[in-house]
Amino acid sequence: MKSPAAETIKTADKGTLDRKKIVDGLSRFAIPIALGVLIVIFSIMSSSFLTSRNIINIFRQVSIVGICAVGMTFVILTGGIDLSVGSVIGVAVVSASSLMVAGVHPVAASIFALLIGVVLGVIIGFFINEVGVPPLITTLAFMTALRGVAYTTTKGLPVYGFPESFAFLGQGYIGGIPVPVIIMILVFIGGYILLNKTKFGRYVYGIGGNEEATRLSGINVKLTKYKIYILESFLASLAGIVLLSRVNSGQPKAGQGYEMDIITAVVLGGVSIAGGSGKITGVITGVLLMGVLTNGMILINVDEYSQWIVKGVVLLAAVSLDQMSHRTRD
Amino acid sequence: MNKDNILLELNKIRKEYPGVLALDDLSLSFREGEVHAICGENGAVKSTLIKTVTGAIRPTSGEMIYAGEVVDHQSPIASMNAGISCIYQEFNLISELTVAENVFFGREIMKNGFIDYAAMQEKTREILVDLGVDIDPKQQVKELTVGFQQIVEIAKALSQNVRILIMDEPSAPLTNNELEYLFKIVKKLKSQNVTVIYISHRLEEVFELADRVSIIRDGQYISTLEIKDTNRDELIHLMVGRELGNDFPEDSCEKGDVALKVENLTTSLLKDISFDVRKGEILGLAGLVGAGRTETARAVFGADPIEKGTITLLGKEVVIKNPGDAINKGIGLIPEDRKQHGILAQLSIKKNISFSSLGTFARGLLINSKKETELTRGMKDKLRIKAPTLDVPVSSLSGGNQQKVVLSKALMTDSDVLFFDEPTRGIDVGAKQEIYRLMRDLAAEGKAIVMISSEMPELIGMSDRIMVLCEGELVKELAPEEYSQEIILEYASGGSNNEIARS
Repeated sequence: MKSPAAETIKTADKGTLDRKKIVDGLSRFAIPIALGVLIVIFSIMSSSFLTSRNIINIFRQVSIVGICAVGMTFVILTGGIDLSVGSVIGVAVVSASSLMVAGVHPVAASIFALLIGVVLGVIIGFFINEVGVPPLITTLAFMTALRGVAYTTTKGLPVYGFPESFAFLGQGYIGGIPVPVIIMILVFIGGYILLNKTKFGRYVYGIGGNEEATRLSGINVKLTKYKIYILESFLASLAGIVLLSRVNSGQPKAGQGYEMDIITAVVLGGVSIAGGSGKITGVITGVLLMGVLTNGMILINVDEYSQWIVKGVVLLAAVSLDQMSHRTRD
Repeated sequence: MNKDNILLELNKIRKEYPGVLALDDLSLSFREGEVHAICGENGAVKSTLIKTVTGAIRPTSGEMIYAGEVVDHQSPIASMNAGISCIYQEFNLISELTVAENVFFGREIMKNGFIDYAAMQEKTREILVDLGVDIDPKQQVKELTVGFQQIVEIAKALSQNVRILIMDEPSAPLTNNELEYLFKIVKKLKSQNVTVIYISHRLEEVFELADRVSIIRDGQYISTLEIKDTNRDELIHLMVGRELGNDFPEDSCEKGDVALKVENLTTSLLKDISFDVRKGEILGLAGLVGAGRTETARAVFGADPIEKGTITLLGKEVVIKNPGDAINKGIGLIPEDRKQHGILAQLSIKKNISFSSLGTFARGLLINSKKETELTRGMKDKLRIKAPTLDVPVSSLSGGNQQKVVLSKALMTDSDVLFFDEPTRGIDVGAKQEIYRLMRDLAAEGKAIVMISSEMPELIGMSDRIMVLCEGELVKELAPEEYSQEIILEYASGGSNNEIARS
């Protein structure tokens, strides 16, 4: 027996316009297509772009932003935002480097820096959850204050002179692949599993889509939010340690302005700034797009200031396309 | 069809969405100055129809003829200017602004380059006086009751010389007193030759107000009838497309032990509420909006803080700190506001149904998606949720099917006590009956059920006992032989204060 509902569905399927399908597909794959187009353009304009050395280079350049972007994805999916990531990177860099210079073993110093990240996540979560300060304001305050902490700790001066073994994390290779890239890949895999295969990931989508319905479904919303900000600050500290190892000097300005690159990558990756929808696989594309754009523009000698213009335009264009696709789907 | 003053004609309107055919060559015509009710089973059809008429979406095919001219490529603003307005279920008011500012929002009256507040207030006052209501144009909208806010919406439409006013379930949020106002105003509009397209599931109102009624089912036009030539049974028959048996299923089950006992429950809005529910029993909570019915459910469920009171579950006193706690201990809630509190609109049916019970599917940290699919499919089949697959977003379903999803989510947690807060609000007759049947089945399985409803017939038809609340207090408990709408209303409105019987 056929139900009338099944019947209508079939008729509608048959009638769907091809043109609409194309528009839909174009906008859904806008970022991957843009990425492809950029790769083609840059490889025509610069012979050194599509070399294996440069490709590895791109991946290494995006690793810091990539690691943080995974955490930022969770934050934005819940409808929040984290402006403090760059400064958390700075604090991690300064604390790990100060400890190492004081003679602490690199592993112990790194673990300490990661713990600082966790504690910062708890504190940020506290103000958002218990005091009710909006995420934008809370993390804006921490962005400013923690940068100050980084500068005062080192009196504004860079710290250097670390044990040689520490350089492996940022400069080493395993099987020809830079260690930072491997760390980034592992973080993406971890993030994917967390978001798609665990209860925690499901609740993240729930909170972003409808926080009150999530609470009334019996989910501990506060606890989930704590976990999210802890995750993001932890990953920022991890990124900070990798960055420190790569540049081999503890700069108090480390990570400054990274929050914007990270947020841009996540939004380019299709994560809705309003929360509730987006995929970690999209974020990978977003991160790569940012990396290819920066790298390619340097190769064809676009000056830094013009790069900013291009990045701004790309962000606006990508999100505009995404918005238009929502409208056609309505 | 006779040509008597047809103001708006829809001709073979068809709207397709990917995978769904929302309107199937729908043809309808509306006369000038009539109240034309639209009844139908499917919520999605209704909203698509409204959006088509107001120009918010373009139909896939078909034409719309308004005042003798074919309308093409509309927008909501264009249709408003042409005299077509809609009062949506969610009001388009800005609560921080005043009544007059809202009425003239986007069309402010200007003088010398500045807003002329005096003129706007004067014109607003004229419209409101004409409608026979006493609202101060200078008042902030947020200070008004829902009923008055609706009137501000109507005033807004009138200020732009509305010729067709669509009202989408206008009675749903209103109390009985406010309903009277609404009826008066609709009749007034009609006398001013405004065509009112009145969308409602409540047949009582349709018979009270409408001149004609059109029935739409599964996206298809079924029939248009003169109200004076039809009756309730015929309408229900046409809406459902099949004979409905008795409205409410027979209660045949044994009542067991007390499942939930609440004593002296006190919150900022409730005073000393005490009651109990037995296994297999459906307890009805009656009262006006704001009487404390929803608040009682939310307090027991741990959604709002409790100042005082004890909760005993299956003979054991429990402390419930939050909704998660309540669910773990065996209390479930189907919330009143489906959109805000019930569904997770962007998530799929599957993810909605399993949302409260993910612990059951988790193997360590990871969700066992095979088991999840299996169990949620079982629930979808059991409750007959109409959807192509488990993976479509809940937002694409009709109200009735969304409600079934919310219900499934609560049922997955295997509660002993279930609170149903307005379980049939805004859903069609067919789905209503399925929900009633389901509630009875759940009771027969030994669940204790507390049902909150503003629809008297449903409360009377379903409840084994009814408790009436008024202003945060329990004022009367009624046994089935005492049930009548008049008695319940009298207690609910505080009318029988001197003989309040409290045990």
